[in-house]
Amino acid sequence: MSASETFMRWRYRLVPDHVVGEILSKNWIDNAIPMIFLGFAVPLFAFILPGVLSTGSLAILARVLGEYLFIAIGMTMVLKAGGIDLSVGSNFALCNFGALYLVNAMGLPLIVVIPVILLLGGFVGAINGFLVGYLRLRAFLTTLVTLILVRAVVELLSLNYSVAASYSETPVPAWDYLGTADILGVPFSLVVAAVVAIVAHTLMTRLRFGWHLSAVGGSRRSAYNIGLPVNRIVAQTYIYSGIFTAAGALFYASRLGSTSGTVGIGLEIIILTAAVLGGNSLGGGRGSVTKAIIGTVIVVLVSNALIRMGLRTGASELVLGSIMLAAVAIDVKWMKNRMKVLNKAYVSPTYLALPPNPETREGSGSIYEVNNRLGEAGVIGQGELDGPEDVILDEDDHLYCGSRHGDVIRFFAPDYTRHEVYAHIGGHPLGMAFNRDQELVVCVGGMGLYKITRDREVVKLSDETNRSLLSVIDDSRMRIADDLDIAPDGRVFFSEATIRYNTSEWMLDAIEARGNGRLICYDPSDGTSRTILSNLKFPNGICMCDDGQSFLFAQTWDCSITRYWYDGPRKGETESVIPDLPGYPDNINRASDGNFWCGLVGMRSPTFDLALRMPQYRKRMVYRVAADEWMYPNMNFGCLIKFDIDGNILEVLWDREGAKHPSLTSIREHKGKLYLGGLFNDRIGVYDIPGADPNWTGISHYWGDKDNG
Amino acid sequence: MQKMLKGGSISQEQMVLIISAALFVIFSITLDSFLQVSNLVSLLQNVSILGILAIGMAVVIIGRGIDLTMVAVMVFTVGWSFSLHLDGMSIGIALALGFALALLIGTVNGFLIAYVEIPAIFATLAMATVIAGLGRFALVESDTIFITSDLGLIGQLGSGRIGSVIPMPVVIFLLLAFVVYLALRYTRYGAFIYAIGDNYLAARNNGIATRPMTILAYAVSAAIAFFAGLIMATTVSTVNARLANSTLVYDIILVVVIGGIGLSGGKGSIRNVLSGTLLIGLLLNGMTIMNISYSVQNIIKALILLAAIILDSLLNPRDEQTSQQGDI
Repeated sequence: MSASETFMRWRYRLVPDHVVGEILSKNWIDNAIPMIFLGFAVPLFAFILPGVLSTGSLAILARVLGEYLFIAIGMTMVLKAGGIDLSVGSNFALCNFGALYLVNAMGLPLIVVIPVILLLGGFVGAINGFLVGYLRLRAFLTTLVTLILVRAVVELLSLNYSVAASYSETPVPAWDYLGTADILGVPFSLVVAAVVAIVAHTLMTRLRFGWHLSAVGGSRRSAYNIGLPVNRIVAQTYIYSGIFTAAGALFYASRLGSTSGTVGIGLEIIILTAAVLGGNSLGGGRGSVTKAIIGTVIVVLVSNALIRMGLRTGASELVLGSIMLAAVAIDVKWMKNRMKVLNKAYVSPTYLALPPNPETREGSGSIYEVNNRLGEAGVIGQGELDGPEDVILDEDDHLYCGSRHGDVIRFFAPDYTRHEVYAHIGGHPLGMAFNRDQELVVCVGGMGLYKITRDREVVKLSDETNRSLLSVIDDSRMRIADDLDIAPDGRVFFSEATIRYNTSEWMLDAIEARGNGRLICYDPSDGTSRTILSNLKFPNGICMCDDGQSFLFAQTWDCSITRYWYDGPRKGETESVIPDLPGYPDNINRASDGNFWCGLVGMRSPTFDLALRMPQYRKRMVYRVAADEWMYPNMNFGCLIKFDIDGNILEVLWDREGAKHPSLTSIREHKGKLYLGGLFNDRIGVYDIPGADPNWTGISHYWGDKDNG
Repeated sequence: MQKMLKGGSISQEQMVLIISAALFVIFSITLDSFLQVSNLVSLLQNVSILGILAIGMAVVIIGRGIDLTMVAVMVFTVGWSFSLHLDGMSIGIALALGFALALLIGTVNGFLIAYVEIPAIFATLAMATVIAGLGRFALVESDTIFITSDLGLIGQLGSGRIGSVIPMPVVIFLLLAFVVYLALRYTRYGAFIYAIGDNYLAARNNGIATRPMTILAYAVSAAIAFFAGLIMATTVSTVNARLANSTLVYDIILVVVIGGIGLSGGKGSIRNVLSGTLLIGLLLNGMTIMNISYSVQNIIKALILLAAIILDSLLNPRDEQTSQQGDI
């Protein structure tokens, strides 16, 4: 191996490239940019403006923050459902004035004032909600009009009543408490805002209303088509926004008691900037309370710093407007290109050097020499099947196989011409085995480990395992449960091919060739699943050895078969059985003579083997070439091998034309015949094994003697 | 409503004209000072600035956009020009600079909308804030700039009269309306604007340079805003920066929408602007004569605008199946 290749091997072993894509695929990545901005802005302001972080200054900031937070949370709800509420500034002024008038001029107690003002805010919101939600007007223009309308009303009111509202003969301590009190050093308004934030967060992420918001904002049309009351949901968001604005106005009114005409002017711009800066999308679908909080903190800090710098009027408008434009621009571009960036960054090939490819040419004298022994194999269910990845037979000789439609199909013995849907699972069954009670245990791609009882009831056994400590993506979830076998004590050992891709994208894992897969053990005694072996290169077939302590498993992209001890003195050890197959191994199953069958789903080629040693080449391919043109492993041919426990190849069967039974994923020996399944095939093959035991069945061989012993 | 308007013989434009005529008659009878030549002339003069701005807005709205920066552009570019002029720069260069700034702002608007793909209404709202901030921060010293020097021919733009009766702004308004009418109706660029407003994706798929065309539309509206500002400044010999805080920009939208240009784009023509201008001009003049306070006027205008938007949405209804995602 050349020095440069050694370097590359270590570079790809040590640098975890794949983490970049995994971090980008996280939902919280949207919050990263504003958080980084905040991280830079705070020290910067502290440096430029000494005293900005002093306690006195922070106390005022915290009060303003509390008041703004209410409004920003309301705005977030509206934005998330795909609307916008510009009337918050005027509504704020109206509620501020109303609260002062009720308290100062009318002397009403707080128990009356607070609900009345919240209702007032909610009423303005309801007008918006009616116009935008039910009349389906354009949110932006409509709330602009209510902005003007409410502002004019406030001007009229303050013209006539501002003297009465601005001063009270008798002091109202409870009212003053609202705006000036501290709870453990935290302003009362901020405490209430925090409580509201938690409630709103719960509402938006954990309750039905929040999911409806996401649905309407994410795709209004789909939400309408599945029967959601879109109009009502949209209308509700404006009512919430109005009520929250009123809450902010109450604290503001109590703190400052100002009836000036400038109250709330431009507030909608500040709040919008805060909401969008935090990462809430204009146009809906994406938004959270956390984003609102981040954005509001930034905006409060920035606008406070601008005031402290003592610049000319207009500076803060200039800066806030520019920040808002930049935030929206980033948001729009990010939303548009996120998936594109993610798709490219996610696939991260790594270095893999396979051992030399064994010779397979006809006449080469190699054990793998091409023949046409499967060419004469019979077919079952031709044209009626779609993707029988695994096949299995029960004691009554009925044949079971999976289908891409999410069914387990049963063909009836003896001629296998009739079939029925044995059970509908919902995901593509990829591996099957019978347990001691002759129930069918199935690995279902995208779903996990399931069991079909003899009453045809589908029971979930496991769809999650322990999450590993350092994984960025959530690896507790099972993406491609692939094949299984069952230990004599009932424990189910199954493989998960990759933790980075879903079933439909499994071929992308071939381009990576990293050890993304793992083996999982499901223990029926307590119903738990634990990962027992990870970082495997697409672990696939699993087959128990006769010693009751170990099993064989195939690693598809590694072209190898390995033995693993789960019990006994060698517990936890692995040993390579076959390190250098000429193709990509899939399922392994027992043969009647005590050896093992293994299907090769595709054959190695010198070009792809070379490509596996050039990760940067594959990375370039992913970046620059359209996905349809990517180089994948050759999956057009398949062959069958029979090997013994020491890794000696005993027999090799080919379908030379690759037309009848290509990409063999599964083989099952039953009463002298071999049943062949293929991931892409529309049929199951039947091959008569010369000289095989005509009475041997997998179930009685495996479970029969264990019942006795 | 739709059937009544489309099946019947009355179009929205005709309806607006009928209402205008009715208002004219009512005002003539009830308001003493309404039917005087001086009042009618001042009505035309006041309304012509609104009309000029509405022509610019119409071009943008027909292309399925909206331009909320027009008033800010009008005030601060012209204000900057006269600030420069008062500081000693020759009026020609000062105006050229102001005009260049207006074009730049229009181009930035168009860029944000066409290339960055920010929704037009949001981009221009934010830009209006930025322009107003920039204006107060760097362009204009005080809120009111008095134009003290004699501007010669340029001054005639606002204060001149033809035949000593018809004010120059009215003539300019009509001339501009005619030119933009011709441009929209008979040039390929006009057809492109209609195509973009009608169906943006189809226009783009047809090979129309939709992005440059969008920039062009916003540059045109900014340029028109500059001229409107120039005429306004020379009419009253002042530039009032506080106008940027007013609701004037919504009056412009009101004129366009009332006239019958759908906000969803692709519909309407300059004729709609003329009838809308007439109606709103009458209304504003009548309310002023009736001595209705500014706030109440705002309430009335807002209610009318609301009614117009509701009418617009009834005439061009949004369907859940066809409404655009993110169309706020």
